[in-house]
Amino acid sequence: MSGKRRTIKVDYLTRVEGEGGLTVRLRDGHVESVQLAIFEPLRFFAALLRGRAYGDASDITARICGICPVAHQMSAVHAVEDAFGVVVDGPLRALRRLLYCGEWIESHALHIHLLHAPDFLGFPDGVTMARAQDDAVRRGLEIQKAGNAPLRLLGGREIHPINVRVGGFYKLPDRRELARVGDDLRRARDGAVATVRWVAGFDFPELEHDCEFVALRHADEYPFNEGRIVSSRGLDVSAREYDAHFVEEHVAHSTALHARRADGGTYLVGPLARWALNADRISPLARAAARDAGLPDVCRNPFRSVIVRAVELVFACDEALAIIDAYEPPPRPTVPVTPRRATGYAATEAPRGLLYHRYAIDADGTIRDACIVPPTSQNQRTIEEDLERLLPTALALPRPELVGRCEHAIRNHDPCISCATHFLTLRVEGE
Amino acid sequence: MEGSITTPHDVERIHEIRRQSRTPVTIGACATSGGIQALRNFADVKEFVSIVYASPEYVSTLDRSTPIAAHVFVDYELRGCPIDERQLLEVLTGFLAGRRPSTPAHAVCLECKLRGTVCIMVAHGTPCLGPITHAGCGALCPAYDRGCDACFGPKETPNVGALASRITGHGARRDDVLRALRGFNAGAESFRAASETLERDDPERGGR
Repeated sequence: MSGKRRTIKVDYLTRVEGEGGLTVRLRDGHVESVQLAIFEPLRFFAALLRGRAYGDASDITARICGICPVAHQMSAVHAVEDAFGVVVDGPLRALRRLLYCGEWIESHALHIHLLHAPDFLGFPDGVTMARAQDDAVRRGLEIQKAGNAPLRLLGGREIHPINVRVGGFYKLPDRRELARVGDDLRRARDGAVATVRWVAGFDFPELEHDCEFVALRHADEYPFNEGRIVSSRGLDVSAREYDAHFVEEHVAHSTALHARRADGGTYLVGPLARWALNADRISPLARAAARDAGLPDVCRNPFRSVIVRAVELVFACDEALAIIDAYEPPPRPTVPVTPRRATGYAATEAPRGLLYHRYAIDADGTIRDACIVPPTSQNQRTIEEDLERLLPTALALPRPELVGRCEHAIRNHDPCISCATHFLTLRVEGE
Repeated sequence: MEGSITTPHDVERIHEIRRQSRTPVTIGACATSGGIQALRNFADVKEFVSIVYASPEYVSTLDRSTPIAAHVFVDYELRGCPIDERQLLEVLTGFLAGRRPSTPAHAVCLECKLRGTVCIMVAHGTPCLGPITHAGCGALCPAYDRGCDACFGPKETPNVGALASRITGHGARRDDVLRALRGFNAGAESFRAASETLERDDPERGGR
């Protein structure tokens, strides 16, 4: 039977990291299928890591993405350290958290103010929005700059930092240098509180998604580098058990692999999941900002993820400042590392969600096999499900608004297509 | 323009972009040397596909990753993985002012001297690719007590073979030198040639 068919197509999605598109097929006004296509060309990171030295993993995987190189560096060094039984703690561990704070701040500030806010306020892009919302855009850029400062100091540069290594760092900052970074972060923290208030005033389309939330959970911290992988449906495992609970599959419409739960279910990683599973671990100031914004401890409306990101922005500034205030330089920038034949596993919280790395390493330190599961691979199917739920309520909209709504729903998840390739253009078929 | 040419679609697109552009400038290691993904040039891409993707039939890729200048004429190249923002400003300013941008092709070594960094290879025996690497980063890695990994690619007329011998003289293994040259600019001509020579002459692989 052939009913009236319609196709909505977005060939190239803008304001997302990388290249992707979207095709929606409709029949008789019903959504038949939603396909998020990722056609970022293949780079084969997991393959080209084979035969490399264990120390190369963090520098090479950083190149997966220019926005979150630190996330890949952190997952890589933690996985290698897991293999070799190396524990990095004390001030070195705190400095790694500081580096991650910097990346969360620059990434969240960019996404909230320049990539996502134009969707809520009806502007085609951040530059156009800047004419009407000069204060907000200026504030966003200042926060981003403050986030870049610890990256530049601790990493050498903001993009593809060079100071991270298995066992610690190459060179340590001194207290005076860190204190200078703190001055900018104090202003950024005030700015972030204002940003929470700003985004809380946006209009949020109705949408609830009852998917499983997956995030790290740590005994007493809001998670960056460490924790158990937990879910809203009772999962509680270590990174070593990730492969038993999550699977990746290859679909024809995407060069990004789709991840699912081993039982076939879809799940969501990122700010909504992190917040739902860790709201009790966030700093008092961030918690107060969330309360003032009316953010419940569990929020299932993906459009409201922008509020969670803003709250996390407050937290990341807060946490960075706490680390800087408490910093006492350790005697050495690195702890001893001795290679052994083993497989190492790690999951850390990239700004966009859980990032899993696994390396099988030989006794001489050569990588035999590597596996990388980035957040957008894990969220891809859930983003499609968001659209399947949203579209029936939006089909009556004029086409430009309909397309805009779809793109908005995708940007809710701040997809990083470059990372996932292994993302967007909207097509709605059936016209 | 950024990015390397790795798919048949990229090849079509780059010619179209060249036709529409007055002054194409390529930026970054991917666009100027093929990037880290050029490591496939030394391997069997079919094997790479099968390692990462369960259904190779869904995948369209070329067997080599190549810089944009290998396909179309490019007016200016800006090196680095990542590029340096000061150099980017210099290139934009230069083109806007109608003058040739100044991005010197000398070695990272000179930047160490300008920065006042003591040579980590001479003083500590740390293997460093600075002597053969294009300036632009401000000699960042040596300032952080680590050897340069050549993320800006080869300098003008680099003597890669001589540096390779010097580094092995400091106790680095041939494999380490090979891997160092097979980095973010593995596809750059001088690095490619030197790494292939190293591989060919490896006694363990039946060479000299």
